[in-house]
Amino acid sequence: MSAKTFIMRVTRSSAYLAVVCAVVLCICCMAEGGSAQILVSGAAPGHAGGKITIALRSDPKTLNPALATDIPTRDIIYCMNADLIHINRRTQTTESALAKSWRISPDGRTYTLQLRHGVRFSDGQLFTADDVIFTFHVYLDEKIDSPIRDLLMVGGKPVSVEKLNDYAVRFQLAQPYAAAERLFDGMPILPKHLLESAYQNGNFAKAWSISAAPGEIAGLGPFRLKEYIPGQRIVLERNPYYWKTDRNGVHLPYLDEVEFLFVPSEDAQVIRFESGDTDVLDGFGAQDYSVLERQASERHYHLYDLGPGLEYNFLFFNLNDLTAKQLPQIARKQEWFNDVRFRQAVSDAVDREGIVRLVYGGRAAPLWSQVTPGNKLWADSSLPHPATSIEQARDLLRSAGFSWRADGTLLDAHANPVEFSILTSSSNAERTKTATIIQDDLSQLGMHVQVVPLDFHAMVDRLLNSFNYEAAVMGIASGDTDPTAEMNVWVSNGGTHLWHLNEAKPATPWEAQIDRLMNEQMVTMNYKKRKQLYDQVQQVIEQNAPVIFTASPHILAGAKDRVGNFHPSILDPYILWNIEELYVR
Amino acid sequence: MSRRYKLWCALALLGASHALVLFAGFFAPYSYSTQNRDMPYAPPMRIHFIDAQGSLHARPFVYALKEDSALSGTYVTDHSREYPVHLFVHGSSYKVLGLFDSRIHLFGVEQPARLFLLGTDEYGRDQFTRFLYGGQVSLAAGLIAAAISLLLGGIIGTLAGFYGGWIDEVLMRAGELFFALPWLYLLFAVRAALPLHIAQWQVFLLLLAVCGIIGWTRPARLIRGVVLSAKERNFVIAARTFGASDFYLMRRHVLPQTYGIILTQAALLVPQFILAEVTLTFLGLGVGAPMASWGGLIASLQHYYVLASYWWMFAPALLLIPIFAAYYVIADELQEHLKSVPL
Repeated sequence: MSAKTFIMRVTRSSAYLAVVCAVVLCICCMAEGGSAQILVSGAAPGHAGGKITIALRSDPKTLNPALATDIPTRDIIYCMNADLIHINRRTQTTESALAKSWRISPDGRTYTLQLRHGVRFSDGQLFTADDVIFTFHVYLDEKIDSPIRDLLMVGGKPVSVEKLNDYAVRFQLAQPYAAAERLFDGMPILPKHLLESAYQNGNFAKAWSISAAPGEIAGLGPFRLKEYIPGQRIVLERNPYYWKTDRNGVHLPYLDEVEFLFVPSEDAQVIRFESGDTDVLDGFGAQDYSVLERQASERHYHLYDLGPGLEYNFLFFNLNDLTAKQLPQIARKQEWFNDVRFRQAVSDAVDREGIVRLVYGGRAAPLWSQVTPGNKLWADSSLPHPATSIEQARDLLRSAGFSWRADGTLLDAHANPVEFSILTSSSNAERTKTATIIQDDLSQLGMHVQVVPLDFHAMVDRLLNSFNYEAAVMGIASGDTDPTAEMNVWVSNGGTHLWHLNEAKPATPWEAQIDRLMNEQMVTMNYKKRKQLYDQVQQVIEQNAPVIFTASPHILAGAKDRVGNFHPSILDPYILWNIEELYVR
Repeated sequence: MSRRYKLWCALALLGASHALVLFAGFFAPYSYSTQNRDMPYAPPMRIHFIDAQGSLHARPFVYALKEDSALSGTYVTDHSREYPVHLFVHGSSYKVLGLFDSRIHLFGVEQPARLFLLGTDEYGRDQFTRFLYGGQVSLAAGLIAAAISLLLGGIIGTLAGFYGGWIDEVLMRAGELFFALPWLYLLFAVRAALPLHIAQWQVFLLLLAVCGIIGWTRPARLIRGVVLSAKERNFVIAARTFGASDFYLMRRHVLPQTYGIILTQAALLVPQFILAEVTLTFLGLGVGAPMASWGGLIASLQHYYVLASYWWMFAPALLLIPIFAAYYVIADELQEHLKSVPL
């Protein structure tokens, strides 16, 4: 797998959650005097008009929703598009969007969606089932190679979609799939009337590039393209045909314009926000939070610490099958890495509280599972949280045949000193710091650890292709709270099963057990039963420590006091999810 | 200030700073890798002679710092007890000149108090200690890389200047090629291709060697220029007519005329390569954690929160200014000296 596909896979799981949604309660009703089935938002009513400015890390790479992979591109596309069913970022449950209702067959394989009547694209054209059918044809087309395609493969087969009438569509899955409606979240519906000819002519990959004129692009989201100046900014304007109103019947969105500035670094974004150039901010660290905090009241902004998000960081060892690779040095060390007592000893020695304090300035949660405390529905509260104990780690190592030299160096059963290196990405300061703390912790056990920060692509190449590494610190930002979003990490043949890739069959009995439990939860429809199964997965992982979890950083956000209805979420997109409800006081 | 006085000042400063760095283990109160996880970003501590009650103490002392319970990440001074500063204390073990072990440190305070003259970094490591140890890496980097590029530059420049013709042509065009190399990408590529079990300092030395090898062009051009004019001098031509070999001519008559320029170049190149180390570390290519280097200490300033909150993190950058200035003063003086001595 190339580095690019890896990034896409990670973003695939983390991303694509984007959808338009309303807060708290949304009820369907008929708008007065029209046939359009308008969605009424439950958010506090605000004022129409005004503009807000947001910083993005880079220019968008495309405006074509089927091809977007990176975060800035997805953020912009999020504001311009809508999906059928979406996940409410506040309750973490699904709710109606362009599909006003849906029905699941008892066997969990057929989803029938009723579409909202009278909804129009931002160019005024009517939205019908034909647009939905076209959209999913594009997403499933292998030639388009959309990152969304992977999400629409259930049981190894693509989802099939058929039109029942102008306002009803049916999706068929190859096998039952719990919470499949969550898949629709973040899948923008494309306008058939604008993109069909490009698709038929084989030019789809070039359609809606960043050089496209505003008039060529239309979506069902709250905003539409107004102006794009490369390297500087992109301006979106209000979509007059948007299909939501507030409680008072005022058409959403409230804002006339949203301006995105391209500000390439976190430090620069923080400075721009502090100086008042931008109105809202996310994606910054705890240290910046404390700097911003000091000026909050003088400069009229508020900061929000939302607690842990879904990102989990971890240390893992190279447990790959190296027989085909010429890596005798690493293969020799795998004798330690494959011993669960060695991994448990490392886990016992890692000072998670220290990582939380020193790396994240206290704004993170120590972690013992892939399910972070922020995941309300799936966290397993019964999981043990053992305190850091060098003593216990030493006992485990002793029982595994390790011993110590007079100078404190740890020796394995063959009297070789225990030395290994930990890879990190040099562009991620937090993970490099985490590795430095682990290095210091493990030196107390007599292990000689080197931290090797590498360029991200060089690191990914070692992790995924050459397997030329010993251990690494990584993080995965899960895109959804649902366990099925984690399948590719924990199932033994998953594409992000980092510590041991391309397993033909589960290498260990406990991996076989995880496979069984994960596959079972995917086809189980009952939440309680699924929760039990996923709790078991977490327990098996905890006992066997294939990865050693470290911490989950808090999601931090900030907004000027003048921005109304600002309710950031721990789910991506953290601050844009209710962009149609934001207003200027 | 007279020129001679300036030169002696610069030499004394460089001598003192190099001695401090060379015997870092003795002058530093702690080990460069000791983390105080309860004291990240602690500010520099004041050394007192007068206590909170106003009485004078003959022996200087410090007050312990403790975290402010009201505002996490900030510290308050605990005035309840004085901790006198002792000389020649026992502490963590270190190696003197890499040869024999010692535990004696020039100064220190009793536990649980700690003495942070320049504050601490994000892991609660003593910045003063890290500055001294960091100098070992950075000064070595400057000296080694400068030596490599001067050696290469000297040999190539002399050959090109002395023989001229196609040899000169080939060597100088090769030099231009090296000038045009995107050395940064080259270094990234070298780092990515290296096996991981090589120790970080070895990687670093290798990268420095690459830097030095790439850096030969400028001195080579200058030396070639000097050699070009030197070989046309009458006494050189005379020696040649008496049958002196090329090697003899180069060694006896030509090279001595380039010493001045080599020394000046050395004084200029050393700080330049110290800066190169700073750049390398800034880009994540420096010595690995937990080792310290001046580049690593300065690299932390790239974060806005460090700039905005922790002023003492600037100290290493400020301390570098006189050291660099001293090197440049010496280069300057050498150049003046050269001008006054006829070739």
